[in-house]
Amino acid sequence: MESRLAGLFRRMTGDEKHEWAAASTLDVLWVLYDRVLDVSPERPDDPDRDRFLLSKGHGPMAYYAVLAAKGFIADDVLDRWTEAGSPLGQHPDRTLVPGVEIGSGSLGHGLALGVGTAFGLRAQGRTARVVVLTGDGELDEGSNHEAIAVAGRHNLDRLTTVVVDNSSSSHGWPGGIAERFAVEGWRAFTVDGHDHEALYEALTVEPDGRPTVVVAVVGSGE
Amino acid sequence: MRVVFAQALTKALVQDSRLAVVTADISSAAFGEVRERFPDRVVNVGIREQAMIGVAGGLALSGLRPVVHSYAPFLVERPYEQIKLDFGHQDVGAVLVSIGGSYDDPVWGRTHQSPADVTLIDSLPGWTVHVPGHPAEVEPLLAEALAGDDRVYLRLSTRTNSTPFGPSEGFTVVRTGARAVVLAVGPILDQVLAAMSDVDVTVLYASTIRPFDHAGLRAAVQSAAPDVVLVEPYLRGTSAHEVAVALADVPHRQLALGVDRAEEKRVYGTAPDHDRLHGLDPAGIARAVNAFLGAAR
Repeated sequence: MESRLAGLFRRMTGDEKHEWAAASTLDVLWVLYDRVLDVSPERPDDPDRDRFLLSKGHGPMAYYAVLAAKGFIADDVLDRWTEAGSPLGQHPDRTLVPGVEIGSGSLGHGLALGVGTAFGLRAQGRTARVVVLTGDGELDEGSNHEAIAVAGRHNLDRLTTVVVDNSSSSHGWPGGIAERFAVEGWRAFTVDGHDHEALYEALTVEPDGRPTVVVAVVGSGE
Repeated sequence: MRVVFAQALTKALVQDSRLAVVTADISSAAFGEVRERFPDRVVNVGIREQAMIGVAGGLALSGLRPVVHSYAPFLVERPYEQIKLDFGHQDVGAVLVSIGGSYDDPVWGRTHQSPADVTLIDSLPGWTVHVPGHPAEVEPLLAEALAGDDRVYLRLSTRTNSTPFGPSEGFTVVRTGARAVVLAVGPILDQVLAAMSDVDVTVLYASTIRPFDHAGLRAAVQSAAPDVVLVEPYLRGTSAHEVAVALADVPHRQLALGVDRAEEKRVYGTAPDHDRLHGLDPAGIARAVNAFLGAAR
C-alpha cells in the first residue's frame, strides 16, 4: 500500500511549495482512514459515520491520495487536479468531493467546526467520532484557541484533534503543544507522526470525558 | 424585539429538536433555563465570537438548525470570515440574529455600532435579510427562518415603529402618491411618514430587504413619478444596486439616505441625536427628499 499511496500522491504536481505540508500528513491520514475512522464511500451521508475534518487545507495531495486509495474518488481524477472542472483544488471543497466533510484552506476554521459538529452529534444521541487535523503552524490562529477552550469546557470526548507538528509555527510552542491543550482540559498524547502503531494506539483510546489531542511529531522535513 | 426573540426561540427550542442556539455571553442568560434542559443545543461559548460562528457551522454540518445571537458588531463584523466560510463555503444554513442596529445606544461609541452589517451580509451570496420595524414583526419572521435551511440575517433593534405590518411576500404599500416612491426599511418608517406627511409620494415598507422585491418597486414606480428615495437605517446606499437592477429598463432617478459613509461620527448621546447627524430624523429626510424632488422640476 505504501508504494500505491506514493504513486497516487505523485500524480498531483504543481504545488511543490506545500509538498512537505502534504507529505507530513500522509501517515496520520492513512492510519485514520485505514484503521480508525468508520467511514465508507458507500455511505458518505450516513448520519452515524465518523467525521474527519481536514482543517489544514494547504497541500491536500496526501488527503486526495488516501481518498483515492479508499475508493472515495477515482485514481484518474488525481491527474486533473486544479484544472477547471476538476473537483480537486489546492484546497478541498466539500461540495465537490464525496467524503470531504469541510471545505478548508483559510487556516483556523476546522477546529471550531469540529467542536460544533461534536455538539450536534451528541445532541442527537450519536456516538460518531469527530477528528480534526491541524498543523502546528495553524495553531497560531487565535480562532483555534477559542475552540480549544470551548471543547475542553464542554467535555466533548468524541472529539479528537490531530496536530501534525512539522515545526512550521514561526514562534513555536513554549511548553509544548500538548500542554497547551491539556491546560484547557484535553487529554494529550505526543507520538512519532510516522509510527503507525503509536498513532493507532493514541487515536483509539476509550473516551474518558475529555476531548483528545494527538500531537504527531514529524519533523521539519529538511 | 430582543425579548420577543428570546421568548419565541426558547419556545421553539423546546418544540423542535432540530434547533440549536449559540451565544457568546451576550444574551446568554436569556437562554439559561433552556440550556439546562438541552446543553448540547444551547451553547454559550464565552466571549469567543469566532468560535461562536464556527461552532454554529459545525452544528449545521451535523444536521441541526443553528441560531446565533449577539450584538451586531460582534456577530457580523468581527467573525466575518467565519460567516463567509463556515456557512457559505460549507453550503450550510444558519439564522444570525443581531441586536444593536446601527447606533441604538451611542453612549458606547463606535465599537458598539454596526451600520455596515447589512452591507457585509449583502456581499455574500444566498442570504435573506429581515429588518423588522416592530416587535410584533419579529416572531413571524423568526418562525419563517427557523423552518428553513438557508442563511438568514435577522436584524433586531430597540428602535420601533408605532404600527406593525404582518408578514408579506414583498414590499407593503403604506400609502400612494404621485411625485415619487419612497422605500422605508424597518424601524425608519415612522420617521419617513412624518417627513412625508405633506408630500404626495408613495411610501413602501420593507421588513425583508433581501431578497429585494424588484417587482414591487417596479409596480410602485408605474403609478408614480420614477423618482425613488431609498431610506435605510444602516449604511447609505446599501440597496442602491438592487434599485438599479429593479429599474434597469426604466429611466429613473434615485436618492439613497442612510448612515453616512463619509466620516465616523465621534459623538455619544442618543439614537435620535445620531439620526439628526445622519439626516435620518424627519426634518433631515424631508429636507433631502424635497431638495431631490425640487431638483426634478
